[in-house]
Amino acid sequence: MNRASRPLSVVAGLAQHRGQPHANVEAPVKIEADRLNFYYGAKRALDGISIRIRAHLVTAFIGPSGCGKSTFLRTLNRMNDIIPATRVEGRVLLDGRPIYAPDVDVVALRRRVGMVFQKSNPFPKSIFENVAYGLRINGLAGSRSELNDRVEESLRQAAIFDEVKDRLHESALALSGGQQQRLCIARALAIRPEVLLMDEPASALDPIATQRIEELIYDLKSSYTIVIVTHNMQQAARVSDFTAFFWLGRLIEYDRTDRIFTAPAEKLTEDYVTGRCG
Amino acid sequence: MKSRADLVFRILALSTLVFSLGTLAALVIDVLTDGADRLSWSFLTNLASRHPEEAGIFHALAGSIWVIVLTAMLALPLGVSAAVYLEEYGTRSRVARFIEINLANLAAVPSIIYGLLGLGVFVRLMGMGRSVMAGACTLALLVLPVVILSTREALRTVPGSIREGSYALGATRWQTIWHQVLPMAFPGILTGLILSLSRAIGETAPLITLGALTYVPFAPDGIWSPFTVLPIQVFNWVSRPQAAFKENAAAGILVLMGLLLTMNAVAVLLRDRFQRQNRT
Amino acid sequence: MRTRRLEWVIEHALLACAALSVLTTAGIIAVLAVETAGFLREVPVLEFLTGTEWTPLFANPRFGVLPLVAGTVLVSAIAMIVALPMGLLSAIYLSEYAPDGLRRVVKPVLEVLAGVPTVVYGYFALTSVTPLLQRVFPQMSGFNALSPGIVMGIMILPLVSSLAEDAMRAVPRGLREGAYALGATRMQTALQVVLPAAFSGITAAFILAVSRAVGETMIVAIAAGQQPRLTANPFVPLETMTAYIVQVSLGDTPQGTLEYRTIFAVGMLLFLMTFGLNLVSTWLRDRFREEYS
Repeated sequence: MNRASRPLSVVAGLAQHRGQPHANVEAPVKIEADRLNFYYGAKRALDGISIRIRAHLVTAFIGPSGCGKSTFLRTLNRMNDIIPATRVEGRVLLDGRPIYAPDVDVVALRRRVGMVFQKSNPFPKSIFENVAYGLRINGLAGSRSELNDRVEESLRQAAIFDEVKDRLHESALALSGGQQQRLCIARALAIRPEVLLMDEPASALDPIATQRIEELIYDLKSSYTIVIVTHNMQQAARVSDFTAFFWLGRLIEYDRTDRIFTAPAEKLTEDYVTGRCG
Repeated sequence: MKSRADLVFRILALSTLVFSLGTLAALVIDVLTDGADRLSWSFLTNLASRHPEEAGIFHALAGSIWVIVLTAMLALPLGVSAAVYLEEYGTRSRVARFIEINLANLAAVPSIIYGLLGLGVFVRLMGMGRSVMAGACTLALLVLPVVILSTREALRTVPGSIREGSYALGATRWQTIWHQVLPMAFPGILTGLILSLSRAIGETAPLITLGALTYVPFAPDGIWSPFTVLPIQVFNWVSRPQAAFKENAAAGILVLMGLLLTMNAVAVLLRDRFQRQNRT
Repeated sequence: MRTRRLEWVIEHALLACAALSVLTTAGIIAVLAVETAGFLREVPVLEFLTGTEWTPLFANPRFGVLPLVAGTVLVSAIAMIVALPMGLLSAIYLSEYAPDGLRRVVKPVLEVLAGVPTVVYGYFALTSVTPLLQRVFPQMSGFNALSPGIVMGIMILPLVSSLAEDAMRAVPRGLREGAYALGATRMQTALQVVLPAAFSGITAAFILAVSRAVGETMIVAIAAGQQPRLTANPFVPLETMTAYIVQVSLGDTPQGTLEYRTIFAVGMLLFLMTFGLNLVSTWLRDRFREEYS
């Protein structure tokens, strides 16, 4: 695709957005970041990020690689805690409560804020055990039958049940890339999180598998607050209600997706979405 | 001229390799010719005896197996726990760094010094006497640095994405380690353990130092029983002047090497399976 | 909150297991120090370290450790004369010359060589190498320093070879290419460029090998004899520090006697010697790593 044609196809992506009225701006705030700084050692990776992410909508983070969008996503469920020598300043609020306060139970936080990764990472176990794992460790299924029910429910929600129902006890590693990624989504849904963070969930998949993931995101947004990182602008335009544009560790612009792609306020955003930089 | 010097040098270097491989071959052939005749079913099932032609190795073989199994039972949980701490918890802490330096030093302490430690602490201070237990404790401490090292290597082969996937589901650090990391690393851990035990099974000096284990003409019947092991029995026979006992020593070496090769083969098989499993 | 406390308990239980290694070191030092202190109350330290007669089992005991130290040094020196040049040559060959196929065959064989129990090497020294050497040197006695020294050298060779090879492989490729570009042959490159560049790493390997030789027990206990003797003659029986500890351990020595304590005093000396060597080796290796990281 040459650069000049790119903005057109992005707008076409918006038009495809199932004709739904865009973005309920009055939706309640689910996650709020307040002047968030993040450091890898001495290097500042995020610089004063403030954003309000609304409930039951899809928010997309876009920007060139290394702009901090994935790092910011990972601060929302404190995944960066496990990386040595990292440091956070500022606040992140989930339903108005700070998640970096000293008395916060990180484990309980991650149960409420689930995550799907760029590269599918099923555990080297059976399909069933992959989904059941989160339920077991969190003690969410009292009986065997309840466990079975919730595994099936999660696989159905992730639109993969029909493909795997006859081989639930076979290794998850035998699935295709797209199936593995949907399994990872099912795994995340099984513990019924409130927020689902998706870090470039389709970047390693072919177009058909990507489309299935995008349809899935659309189906899931009535039940979950979804935040998705993507470097694919058409994808952001297709799936999201709000879009945040990151550049060199800063949040440049955050607005309704249609505005970001058709009438951005910032010159930098316009240059990026029209393919003139990044 | 240049190229001739190069050639000479190359031949010289190659001949050292040939020499060391030749030594290994000579050693094997030597032991085989000395001991093969003596090797028989009754040699494996008889106990020690004053008469070389009646003497067997059963008590020492049983003793070796008792000690090595008990050593494994001690070294596996201790070594894996220590490795998990150093690899998964303490990577940044000063305590962990200190422990690492200490382990590196321990790995280079002569094995006979461990024998003196075992004599002072396990045999005397803790009153275990010259038992299987005292021997196993001593050998467990001896192999621990190696077990920790190989376990850490096995833990490092588990991809970070698996840990992240588990944390993202609300798993605690320990749940992640116990349910995901350890099962994936287990074959590798086991391979390392078996290889280090195959070293321990040939260890003679630390067990001799525990005291007077050279003549125990019966198999152990429990962890508090006195015992001897294959290499000590071999040492005992080698030290006798009669030629017939030297034959017994050679036959004993064959049994010891057989045991060693079996353990190594098991470790190699496990490693192959592990690698294949990780590839899919 | 309950899980948090459980996590805390588990983390600290694991830390305790890791700390066991520190306890092991402390235990070694404590056991050796306590018994050595008891020994030195009866034998002046000067007599122990400078005396030239070691006869603690005689009616009129003498406690000069020099004969044992001399025995250890002699056997180790012979081992090093065998292991260092050969180990270095094979390392150079494996690192700079050998085709990959050969490396894949040779390395496991060297590992096997390193994995043979030392008691087997002892048997080999006593029953094969000594008779062979006696044909060349008829004056040589059945127990001597030469035979176990040579066999110990062969035993240590794989260690020297593999550590030295690691050090040479760590030398950046650019250095070699620079030498080749100037028209140097492989040998010139190996000896004049790679070897000097890897010098501290190779020295670290050598020192570790010396430490291994000093602490080696069974080969000398079987093939060198049990006669403490202050000599540089490789053909006569002598006794090393390790062999002495084995000799006493074979008898039933009552705890608390001076004789019992001698093995700890000798052990302490052995520990200090090997520990010192290891420290130097680690220091050199760290310096080498810094150069190329």
